[in-house]
Amino acid sequence: MNYSAYTIQGARASLKKKHFSSTHLVKACIDEIKEKENLNAFITVCEKEALKKATEADKKIKDGVDLPLLGIPISVKDIYLTKGIRTTAASKILDDFIPQYSATVVKKLEDVGAIIIGKTNCDAWAHGSSGENSDYGPTESPFLEGYVPGGSSSGSAVSVAAQMCFASMGSDTGGSIRLPASFCEIVGLKPTYGRVSRYGIIAMASSLDSIGHFTNTIEESALMLSITAGKDPNDATTPDETVDDYQSYLKKDIKGIRIGIPKEYFAQGLDKRIKEKIEAEIKSLEKQGAKIENISLPNTEYAIACYYIIQPAEVSSNLGRYDGIRYGSARQNFGEEAKRRIMLGTYVLSSGYYDAYYKKAMQIRTLIKKDFDEVFKKVDVVITPVSPTLPWKIGEKSSDPLSMYLSDVYTVTANLAGIPGISVPIGLIQSLPVGLQILGPHFSEGKLFQVGKAILGV
Amino acid sequence: MKPVIGLEVHVELKTKSKMFCGCSADYFGKKPNTHTCPVCLGLPGALPVPNKTAIEWCVMLGMALDCNIPLFSKFDRKNYFYPDLAKGYQISQYDEPFCLKGSIKLGSGKTIRITRVHMEEDTGKLIHENVNGQGITLIDFNRSGVPLVEIVTEPDFDNTKDVLDYLKKLQQIARYLDISNADMEKGDMRLEPNISLRSNTTNTTNNTNQQITNKLPNYKVEVKNINSFRFVEKAIAFEIKRQTEIIEKKGIPVQETRGWDENKQKTVTQRVKEEASDYRYFPEPDIPPIRWNDKKLLMIKKQIPELPDTKKRRFQKQYNISQYDAEILTREKTLADFYETCVNDGQKANLTAKQVSNYIINKKIDIESTLPAEIIKNIKALTIYLRIDESEIKKIVERVLNENKNAVGDYRNGKVSAVQYLIGKVLMVSKEKLEVSRVKKILEEKLND
Repeated sequence: MNYSAYTIQGARASLKKKHFSSTHLVKACIDEIKEKENLNAFITVCEKEALKKATEADKKIKDGVDLPLLGIPISVKDIYLTKGIRTTAASKILDDFIPQYSATVVKKLEDVGAIIIGKTNCDAWAHGSSGENSDYGPTESPFLEGYVPGGSSSGSAVSVAAQMCFASMGSDTGGSIRLPASFCEIVGLKPTYGRVSRYGIIAMASSLDSIGHFTNTIEESALMLSITAGKDPNDATTPDETVDDYQSYLKKDIKGIRIGIPKEYFAQGLDKRIKEKIEAEIKSLEKQGAKIENISLPNTEYAIACYYIIQPAEVSSNLGRYDGIRYGSARQNFGEEAKRRIMLGTYVLSSGYYDAYYKKAMQIRTLIKKDFDEVFKKVDVVITPVSPTLPWKIGEKSSDPLSMYLSDVYTVTANLAGIPGISVPIGLIQSLPVGLQILGPHFSEGKLFQVGKAILGV
Repeated sequence: MKPVIGLEVHVELKTKSKMFCGCSADYFGKKPNTHTCPVCLGLPGALPVPNKTAIEWCVMLGMALDCNIPLFSKFDRKNYFYPDLAKGYQISQYDEPFCLKGSIKLGSGKTIRITRVHMEEDTGKLIHENVNGQGITLIDFNRSGVPLVEIVTEPDFDNTKDVLDYLKKLQQIARYLDISNADMEKGDMRLEPNISLRSNTTNTTNNTNQQITNKLPNYKVEVKNINSFRFVEKAIAFEIKRQTEIIEKKGIPVQETRGWDENKQKTVTQRVKEEASDYRYFPEPDIPPIRWNDKKLLMIKKQIPELPDTKKRRFQKQYNISQYDAEILTREKTLADFYETCVNDGQKANLTAKQVSNYIINKKIDIESTLPAEIIKNIKALTIYLRIDESEIKKIVERVLNENKNAVGDYRNGKVSAVQYLIGKVLMVSKEKLEVSRVKKILEEKLND
């Protein structure tokens, strides 16, 4: 069965009309996963559990139950806790960890009928931009053999791009959803910080972690967010802010929408071909009635330095609990990248260095936030590239962590400022996908869908 | 040499639930690891949600101790590794605690400055057991995440008497606020004195705090986790003696953390060079900062009941009782409230507040098992006795003595218990109810004539 033409909404309509069953869908997805096992997108495939859930879903459908994701197979990054299903964070430290509870988001998805088909591969502890840091081996791009799919939510992106499921939950601390989305030619949303609950998702850097998802279309992205977003009594950083009616933005055109183009994001270091492609998209938006304005986000150049102080600081604290006492695996089993971040973070928080590093980084973070606050007084959204380069070959940057870190140069700012960002595919360059990033003010996800829709068309 | 002593006190709050999760905070004596959840076990993905009541109680305590309450406050992570610390860090407060700069005035008139009052979470408990001949350590996480308030003083004490007075006052205030049972035996209050000695050449008679802090000794010995007032007293006395001996031999005591060993009756080294530990504090990203406004703070302030010192002064003035009596009556809020109810009821029965206080204090009334109405009735009965003329009783006594020569003889021959027999006779003869103690007094006077 080929369901790649279906969106979630389309599949739901067909399920309701009994054109096919949820069991058919799940089996088709499992077949895809098995067929493309070489991509290494999954750490754990929940075949048995998913088929059982599909049978239940089919019964409910027969009984006339109607839920937005009833019977729809989706995957979740292996840092989401799933009760009774092994959750590793792609690290051997948690190789045999079976959670006693499920993440809030997992529960929310299951409550509306979603079927968790498996736990996707990623960089261990979500540390990385390519997926190569997984203790379970790198995930491969479904586009070109030997290329990285982007990370850290590598398996999630691949699972959606390679039709192994309809949508996938990822996490974005510095670009870990947007970058792989752009490398895999799909839609990747990093919502506003706190819009989606972090409860039950293994923390990377708690003040930066955003919980988002991958889909093939903007409509599906909006649907997924309307399910996952909202206040969670178990996460003190989720505000009371009401969840927008995202669907309503999809009906709007972009006439009069003010789009800012920050010069710092198009300067040296950006692949010229990517630049041209994005500029072409901007022109097309202008034709659709958007007002394009050149703007400046002057503190952008400090973002990576700032991010690589705050993020490892929080990582070093968050990984403290895996001290070898409770999870059975000794500390030396941490991978190279985790060790690197633990050491960096421990260093920048040490007394005598705190003021010079952590405190300073927090001040810069405030400046970056202010940059965006200022800009969003003048424009509705900002458009930038997602990645300065095209996807690279597996192994190409592994020995050079700094150049790997720089691949997040256009994405980390949104995490530092806590604003939402979406990556939408704008075509291929030499068979390799390119994405465009739309950023907006806090809780403006609706606007991002609106502009994203204008780019992708129907 | 003059002791320089500061105190850190941890008070466990008696909130229903723990500091950052919904688990019951009432862990004492419960089966190990039954009051736990992903949050207090520090499981991956779990997040802390602060207990609003605990925070308000911390602020309330700060207000009761005359602290400033900054409008902005936050939680921080204190990172260190210990098996009883599930997350690898303790959520505490570092540079922006809820309460700053308060004070407690002691009975001696001396004021002890309070540096800060902050909120944190308790750790799990390690239990060292011998199983099949092997020494093993077990962890009970029931206590993990129970709200703790830490109250830190300036090094303003120079004797144990003041330390004990301070601790009792702090305990009393916590109980008045009804935020902690402050039960030492259950570990609700844990005490950590830091002790050092200042040479006599310093002008110690000058009591201005500024000058004292300027001349602090260049070392400090901390005694950790003491769970009894008596042990604090002993630990401080021991340290003063130990440090004196070292200094007299021209040495300098080592800066270190010690523990009180009750079996050996001495303090023992736990950790040397405290300054080397680095907790890598940073703002807790999982909990948004706390911002107060005047209205919210006022609402907390309104919940503060009349505090012991104020109540004591009022009792003295309003009820015209001695300082000593007021002190006893206000020691516990329940007793003070009971007393005031009795005074109120007594007023209707024409009893003075003094009569009520005398009765409650002298009879050591158990307020748990006595109703105010009973108190009033009993005092009333007493006052009826009082109205019987002394000469009337004396007449009866003389009659009884004449009619019971044998008993009188027994008494005078040393059989003191004979007086009981005579009392009984007097009570029988009398038509009115007589007060035994009064009869006894008159009888004894006559007998000993």
